[in-house]
Amino acid sequence: MDRREFIKHIGGAAVATSVVLSACKDNNSETPIVKDIIDGQGEMTYRTNPNTGDKVSILGYGMMRLPVEGGGSGRDNPDSEIDQEMVNEEVDYALEHGVNYFDTSPAYCKGKSEHATGIALARHPRDSYYIATKMSNFSPSTWSREASINMFENSLKELQTDHIDYLLLHSIGGSTKELDSHELFNARFIDNGILDWLVEQKNAGRIRNLGFSYHGDVAIYDMLLQWHDEGKYHWDFAQIELNYLDWNYADELNARNTDARYLYDELNRRGIPSVIMEPLLGGRLASLPDHIVKRMQEREPETPVARWAFRFAGTPEGILTVLSGMTYMEHLKQNVETYSPLRPISEEEDAFLMKIAEEIVELPLVPCTACNYCMPCPYGLNIPAIFAFYNKSITEDKMPAGNREAREYHEARKRFLIGLDRNVPGMRQANHCIGCNQCAPHCPQNIEIPKQLQRIDDYVEQLKLQG
Amino acid sequence: MLRKLRILLQVVTITLVTLLLLGIGFQVHLWAGWVAKIQFFPAILALSFGVLALLIAATLIFGRLYCSVVCPLGIMQDIFSWIGGKIKKNRFYYAKEKLWLRMVCLVVFIIAMIIGFAPVTTLIEPYSAYSRIVNSLFKPLYDMLNNWLASIDAANDRYNFTEVQIWMRSVTTFVVAIATLVILGALAMWKGRLYCNTVCPVGTLLSLCSRYPLLRVRFDKDKCKNCGMCEKNCKAQAIDFKEGKVDYARCVVCGDCLAKCKFDALHYTAKKPTSQPKPVDTERRAFLVGAAVAGTTAALAQTQMKVDGGLAVIEDKTAPKRKTPITPPGSVSARNMQKHCTACQLCVSSCPNNVLRPSTDMMHFMQPTMSFERGYCRPECTRCSEVCPTGAIKLITREEKTMQHIGHAVWIKDNCVVLTDGVSCGNCERHCPTGAITMVDYEGPNGTVQVPAVDENKCIGCGACENLCPARPFSAIYVEGNVSHHIG
Repeated sequence: MDRREFIKHIGGAAVATSVVLSACKDNNSETPIVKDIIDGQGEMTYRTNPNTGDKVSILGYGMMRLPVEGGGSGRDNPDSEIDQEMVNEEVDYALEHGVNYFDTSPAYCKGKSEHATGIALARHPRDSYYIATKMSNFSPSTWSREASINMFENSLKELQTDHIDYLLLHSIGGSTKELDSHELFNARFIDNGILDWLVEQKNAGRIRNLGFSYHGDVAIYDMLLQWHDEGKYHWDFAQIELNYLDWNYADELNARNTDARYLYDELNRRGIPSVIMEPLLGGRLASLPDHIVKRMQEREPETPVARWAFRFAGTPEGILTVLSGMTYMEHLKQNVETYSPLRPISEEEDAFLMKIAEEIVELPLVPCTACNYCMPCPYGLNIPAIFAFYNKSITEDKMPAGNREAREYHEARKRFLIGLDRNVPGMRQANHCIGCNQCAPHCPQNIEIPKQLQRIDDYVEQLKLQG
Repeated sequence: MLRKLRILLQVVTITLVTLLLLGIGFQVHLWAGWVAKIQFFPAILALSFGVLALLIAATLIFGRLYCSVVCPLGIMQDIFSWIGGKIKKNRFYYAKEKLWLRMVCLVVFIIAMIIGFAPVTTLIEPYSAYSRIVNSLFKPLYDMLNNWLASIDAANDRYNFTEVQIWMRSVTTFVVAIATLVILGALAMWKGRLYCNTVCPVGTLLSLCSRYPLLRVRFDKDKCKNCGMCEKNCKAQAIDFKEGKVDYARCVVCGDCLAKCKFDALHYTAKKPTSQPKPVDTERRAFLVGAAVAGTTAALAQTQMKVDGGLAVIEDKTAPKRKTPITPPGSVSARNMQKHCTACQLCVSSCPNNVLRPSTDMMHFMQPTMSFERGYCRPECTRCSEVCPTGAIKLITREEKTMQHIGHAVWIKDNCVVLTDGVSCGNCERHCPTGAITMVDYEGPNGTVQVPAVDENKCIGCGACENLCPARPFSAIYVEGNVSHHIG
């Protein structure tokens, strides 16, 4: 179903909570200033899983960026111990405010996420929440049948439970230097018979819903859905990347990615509920270019920029829950507010966001989320720092532009070059990239890293030549 | 009066020269570059006949005023001499001119200059000696200050100061600079202008013109009470008060004797001088030697600390042994450089890409040479040609630079990562500004790979390929100098 069409269907239901809809009919008008929008004055929105009847909160708690001792998250400081007290506090708050879906994995936080999640959740009745975890595939040493079964049994132990509500094949569609996406998928889930074993566990009641999370090669995604159609395997749910940028522009951002619109429609027309990841696209939709932030604030001065993205991700009815990896209590509170209840995106707002997406796509940003999987570069480059500086210069409107003779241009050029040297030492800058491409297969965003680095290098070189 | 004026001019000169050598002030060479160009020896090398004529004329009229107010090494010695005077007052006495020694030094210098034996010329030439001291000892201190300001800037999101690399360009030059400072400093504290009046070739040359200058220090025998204060305070050891004579071949017109005479018995001119001077506080910078050494080591430790755990360790590049040294575009050839360069280090300290450094080779001693471990000769930069006071590096435009083939790239198969690491590369090709490098098919041990091939006709020797080559410590492509630059 087309998104516009879909929004028309749900439009009626949305009116009750939306002040915006009535304010505007004209799709092209961008500035109907609507004040006094107050979110978070009601109950959490829930969606129903058609397979089990689970009432799942539209906000799901992603347990991959748990807070650690000494500040920050377990993703940035993987060696620090998880701040269990803070995790408990946040989980308590989440449950208290209606959040009941907790998504972890044996891989998260260097393997410490499941343990911490287990401790926090075990303090509450088992029927007050749903646990999602994964059959992860981070290292070939875990691919054997025995190691995989151990992984599942260990998840139960760490999570202090006898059943998993939602179990996912972790990140299908990937490939490595040695194995293409089909070979990798078969090696991980088929050849060792583990998928069949998981089906057995489901039949035995130890798994309530079986699904997969997807990144990368769409052929694998299509194949799994074809199996579903053929009755070979039944998918109770699937986890996909969806946000207002990926909706139409995933392949524009990156040729190897697939538009979220396609991914969602494929699931929805089969009645498979979608779990959403990356609603903020690695935080990018929370830190937008200044001029775009301004346009959003002109519409709704009190709405945080990130809320537009969360509302968008939660709007389609086929979505079961939207995952957010919340490190800080403030993130949690803001997200709870956003979804209590969800104020669906109206047709007019949808057009507004699509237009914004179009503008963002035109910005030559690199969709790097600084996960550092590409590092260390064998030739010494600091890849994420180069991308971060470049993106920051664009989103903060600091790129030299306009008349090259003008003083402003000269100043901006100087700031850019000095700033680059300050942020990335000369020996680690893009001009040292030899294009060996050892980094790219590790990138979950499928960024063609050498290509992007060379693009940035060309830009920097051109600026230097103006000196 | 004469003394005050002399000190004022000295302060101006030494400030300008030092600022120029340190590179302080926006495009300082544009407004202060003249102070290097009126230096006697650089003017000879640059064949600036106008400047030379002016300096000789000035000497014929005023005596060796040049040695007091233009020569930075002379001014530096005066500072030490002034300190020496604080320790021991009235310490000088008349000594006869050792003309034979002066002449021997001058002849040796001229012969060394003609045959191009740089160690002699660059060592004793005064402007070069001073600039080396500033460049080797004070510049690192200034750079540290600069980097400190840059870090404050960075913390406040300002962009006035850029961090620069502080590194030892040549140990030899550093040692020579320290030795020059220590020896000349000690000599000046003990015997004033002894160096200027025996060793210095410029002093000797000028003394040939200053034996009978128009304006000179003259005794008024009627007023003289034979107190001897003039002789005891003549740092040139040029006054014989008993005879009432001044040796104008060595007098540097400092005016100290006039200031010291309580009886108004000395006058600069033919007649009627008046004087009532007071000692003027100038500068102190004797402590700087020790501080400079300590500072350099601290700077080295700082660069190492920046390598952190999440990143691959980058091995430093090692300079290859080049059969022919590379000299900057505009210098025509190493031989031309040898003839015209006084090794003042102005180009070295001005090079923003850390390419130039003093040569350690005997025949090109301390004259600039190029290497590409820290950067390469960027196409938009012609800084060295702009600052050179001697014309050893001729002024060239950016366009002319692209036609100066200073060297040519050579591929070293055994170092190339394409073959050693089995990865695809081509960074040299990508960054060659003249398109002289093409990646071509090559039958390696593990199948066909792409390796660089150099078109020597297009290569200008800028070193982009050598600097950006991923092979470490030795690059797989390096620049070999051209004996004389190919133009066109």
